[in-house]
Amino acid sequence: MLKKNKLAMFGLILLSMLVILAAFAPIFSPYDPNAIMEDHIAAPSMKHLFGTDDLGRDVLSRLIFGGRVSLSVAVIAVAVSLTIGVLLGCISGYYGGILDEIIMRFTDIMLSFPTIFLILAIQSVLTPNIFNVMIVIGATSWMGIARLVRGEFLALKEREFVEAARAIGCSNFRVIFRHILPNSLPPVIVAGTLGMAGAILTESALSFLGLGVQPPMASWGNMLMDSQSYLLDAPWMAIIPGLVIVLAVLSLYFVGEGLREGLNPKE
Amino acid sequence: MEDNLLDIKKLSVHYFNKGNITKAVENVDLSIQKGETVGLVGESGCGKSSLALAILRLIDPPGKIYGEIKWKGRNLLNLSSSEMREMRGGDISMVFQDPFSALNPVFNVGEQIAEVFRVHQGLSRKEAWDNAVRLLGLVHIADPEQRANDYPHQFSGGMKQRVAVAMAYALSPDLLIADEPTTALDVTMQKSILELLKELKTTILFISHNIALVSELCGRICVMQDGRIVEEGRTVDIINDPKDAYTAKLVNSFREINLDINRS
Repeated sequence: MLKKNKLAMFGLILLSMLVILAAFAPIFSPYDPNAIMEDHIAAPSMKHLFGTDDLGRDVLSRLIFGGRVSLSVAVIAVAVSLTIGVLLGCISGYYGGILDEIIMRFTDIMLSFPTIFLILAIQSVLTPNIFNVMIVIGATSWMGIARLVRGEFLALKEREFVEAARAIGCSNFRVIFRHILPNSLPPVIVAGTLGMAGAILTESALSFLGLGVQPPMASWGNMLMDSQSYLLDAPWMAIIPGLVIVLAVLSLYFVGEGLREGLNPKE
Repeated sequence: MEDNLLDIKKLSVHYFNKGNITKAVENVDLSIQKGETVGLVGESGCGKSSLALAILRLIDPPGKIYGEIKWKGRNLLNLSSSEMREMRGGDISMVFQDPFSALNPVFNVGEQIAEVFRVHQGLSRKEAWDNAVRLLGLVHIADPEQRANDYPHQFSGGMKQRVAVAMAYALSPDLLIADEPTTALDVTMQKSILELLKELKTTILFISHNIALVSELCGRICVMQDGRIVEEGRTVDIINDPKDAYTAKLVNSFREINLDINRS
């Protein structure tokens, strides 16, 4: 279904390349990402395709290993946010009543927090490391998913097959997770894909501010941070990780949009 | 009558909505004996479906059930929710009105029927599947081994309703409630579903607005209006000599339609 959509296809190919590079980082990267070379701030050349940074580390190698960090943060963060969002959305939509009221008001409160400051506050209390970044991003981005799933449940639970499932003796648990949830998955998959794009951006922002992935571990965000002081002398240090972030996020958006169209039964 | 399967006494179903009370079912008494086929007739909105759902205790808040539903001597309204789950599908099951939405679109029909066995008897995937295939054959689906792998949208309306009947009949329940099972189908399909229900060896509560269909299938008829049962009796008596004005209207309206057809 993605085949018909050229942009989505492009996104999928780009994304696959990034994932393969990240997965087999040691094979693809020409140098150790933390090894310090002789040439500091060397411009891109045949020896260092994307140049070296202020400490003399190979930018390409750091980019590849950084992709590993950024992508895995995105995947785990989205897994966390999907788990929370889907669970709360299911309960809220299926049971309704006071439970729905409580969960939805809590969701509203979470939504009205300026997320980035909330994350900053949490991260400044916790020790900033890659694990905390994953959890914190996930725990602050589930609200959209919860609302989406709730909406789907509100519509689906009125369908007769739900009543039929209960009439053959299915427990609420079974009705929720086996009968209704699979029917509400398409928009959730789309939201998850778009959520990964958001998570990559948030991770970059956090790492840029020094509260995300900690050096010397490379991530796309902290590579940008490293480049700040050398913007004029070594623009490649900023442009290249910036470009990769843009491409990764863009390709996720394309895939997400493609899925949205492909999974929509009305078209 | 000690051998009543189901004894409903003073059953009411009320829906509460922002201070308003809708009395869908009001003080209904209804008994069903083992092996009987009872028809419940009435116009849409008269509370037939609420009554059916109440028997399975599937009325959700803001709806409430009052009265007594005695099933083989036990009041269903006093059972715990897990005991009630055992009942649903096992002792009492239901076929719904709209076969187009009564099947879950994301599972193939084999899995859906198999689920009944997995939920109630904890059968393995394979055993449950084999049972599902057997049931599809029982409701006259041609080539059941193949068709079990098909999804609901690959079936016609009548065939979907057959699948729904198979699901409801899977564990040979003592009572099968058929809530307008033919309303969404065309006339030839109605006929074949009716034939299918006749073949099943179980007690049936057949709900319909179509008194002609009901009289073909059922030995006894209850007529419902505005949440109450206004007349009850043997089918022949009701059709030939309706006591209640509303019943007479129902019977006559079908007569008139038939006459019109015959005249033209």
